[in-house]
Amino acid sequence: MELLQTLQQTGLDLFGSAWLPIWTLVKIVLIIAPLMLGVAYLTLAERKVLGFMQIRPGPNRVGWWGLMQPIADGVKLLCKEIIIPTGANKFLFIAAPALALAPALAAWSVIPFGDGLILADVNAGLLFLLAMTSLGVYGIIIAGWASNSKYAFLGALRSAAQIVSYELAMGFALVCVLLAAQSMNLGEIVRGQQSGYGLFGWYFIPLFPMFVVYFIAGVAETNRSPFDLAEGESEIVAGFHVEYSGMGFALFFLAEYANMMLIAILTAVMFLGGWLNPFHGWPLLGALTDAIPGLFWLLGKMSFMLFVFLWFRATFPRYRYDQLMRLGWKVFIPLTLVWVVVVATWMQTPYWLW
Amino acid sequence: MNIETLFYLFAAVTVFAALRVITARNPLHAVLFLVLAFVSSAGIWLLLEAEFLAIALVLVYVGAVMVLFLFVVMMLDINIEQLRVGFLRWLPVGLLLAAVIGVQMVWVLGAPEIGAGKTPVVHAADYSNTKELGRLIYTDYVYPFELAAVILLVAMVAAIALTLRRRRDAKRQDIGQQVKVRKEDRLRIVSVPSANQAGDAQDVVVSGEHAAD
Repeated sequence: MELLQTLQQTGLDLFGSAWLPIWTLVKIVLIIAPLMLGVAYLTLAERKVLGFMQIRPGPNRVGWWGLMQPIADGVKLLCKEIIIPTGANKFLFIAAPALALAPALAAWSVIPFGDGLILADVNAGLLFLLAMTSLGVYGIIIAGWASNSKYAFLGALRSAAQIVSYELAMGFALVCVLLAAQSMNLGEIVRGQQSGYGLFGWYFIPLFPMFVVYFIAGVAETNRSPFDLAEGESEIVAGFHVEYSGMGFALFFLAEYANMMLIAILTAVMFLGGWLNPFHGWPLLGALTDAIPGLFWLLGKMSFMLFVFLWFRATFPRYRYDQLMRLGWKVFIPLTLVWVVVVATWMQTPYWLW
Repeated sequence: MNIETLFYLFAAVTVFAALRVITARNPLHAVLFLVLAFVSSAGIWLLLEAEFLAIALVLVYVGAVMVLFLFVVMMLDINIEQLRVGFLRWLPVGLLLAAVIGVQMVWVLGAPEIGAGKTPVVHAADYSNTKELGRLIYTDYVYPFELAAVILLVAMVAAIALTLRRRRDAKRQDIGQQVKVRKEDRLRIVSVPSANQAGDAQDVVVSGEHAAD
C-alpha cells in the first residue's frame, strides 16, 4: 500500500494533471493483458479438456504438453493474409471484428476483483454490464451482412434473434440479484453475500433457479455449444465469420472467449460470492483459509464456471432452432418472471436470511 | 478536458449522425448512424449525471430496438432510386414540418422556467440517479407509470393477437410432446445370441443373402 502511495505521489509530481489518464491506462493494461493471456490459454484448456473427455491427448506437440500451442496459433493467424470478398462492404467488413471485441473488453471495467479492487466503481454497474453484453451482437450482425455471403448472413440472423431473446431472461435473472443485494453496484452485491457462514450466505442458494437460468442464458448469449447455431458448421459452414481470415477471424475468436470469461466471472460475482472465502466462519477450515487472497477464490470460481462451459460443449448435442427459441421464450422468461415476484415477496417476510 | 468541451463534442457527433441518418444512400448505413446518434446522446445524458437513463438508452434502444431495425433493413430489398422519386414534390411538406418542430423546441427550451442557459445542478458524490428515479417513479408518479406500463402491455398483447393464427394446412411439432418421450417408448433392446465360431457367422451372412433373394 505504501509503495502504491509513493508511486501515486511521484506520478502526480512528474505528470501533473495528465497523471490520472496515465494511471487509468496502466490499470486498463493490468486488466487486459492477463485477460488476453487467459483467452489464449483458455483455447488450449478447451482443446485439452475436450481431448481428455473424448479419451485422446489433445494438442501435445508444441512446447511442453502443448503449452506453446496458443502462441503458435496466434503467430499463424497474425501472418495469414486478410481476404476481403468481392462485393463486401469494405469499411464495415473491417470494422465488425473490432465492434465484436470492444464491448467484450469494456464490460471488464466494472468487474470487482477484490474489495475495492475495481477499475470503475459505477453505481449502475449491473446495468452497464447488460448494456455492454447487448452491444456485442452488432459485431456479429454487421460481419454477417458486410461479408456479402448467404451463409454469413444466415448465421448473423440466427445469432441476432438468439441474443435478443436470451437477453430478456438474463435481465430478469439479474433483477433478482439486485433485489437480493438491494444495489446495482457489483462490489455491493459481493458484500451483500458476506456472512459468518461462508458459502451458505451466497445468492446461489435463494436464487438457485436464477443461477441456472443465468448461466444457460450466458452460454446462449456467447454463442457457445450447445447454442452455437450462429456457427452451425454442419449447416451454414461457420456462420457469421465464414469469410474472415487471419486477424479478423482471430478477433472474433478473442471476443468469444473474452465473453465466456466475462459470463463465468459474473456468475462467480453475483451468485458465488465473488472474492469471498467459501469457508469463512467455519470452524478450523475458516481460520486456515482466511489468509488466502480473495483474487485466488474469484479466479478459482471463474475457472470452474469456464470448465462447465467446456463440459457442456463435450456433453450436449446442438439445439434445434425452434427448441432454442422455445427454451428462451416459453421456459426461461416465465420462470424468471415468477421468481422475481417470489423473491420480492420473500424479502418482505422474516424468512429472508440473506 | 472540461464538461463543456465534452458536451460540444457529443452534441456535434449527435447532430452529424442525425444528419447522416437522412442523407445516407445506403439504408443500412442510415440505421448505423442512428445507433451512433443514440450512443452520443447517451454520452450527453451521462454528463448530466443521469447515468441510469444513459445506460438504459444504450441497453434498450441500441441493444434491442436497433438490432431489430437492422434485422428488418437487412432483410428488405430496397430500391434506393425508387425511394428518391418525388423528393422535390414532398420537400415543402418536409420543410414545413421541420419548421414546426424547430419553433416548438425554441418555444419550450426558451421558456424562463426551463432556461437553456442554466447550468445543471452538481450533486454530491454519493448521489444515485437510479435510486432517485426509482423513488420518483414508484411514489409521486406511480399512477402515470402504471398506466404507461398497462398501455404498453395492451399494445404488446394486441400485436401478438394480430399475428398469431393457427394454420390448418401447416405441420407443426409439439415440442412438449417431443421432450416427454422416454427411451422405453422408442427403443427396444433384443438379445441376439452371438455366433461363437467364424464359420457360424459366415452361415448367417449367407442365409441372409438367400432371404434377400
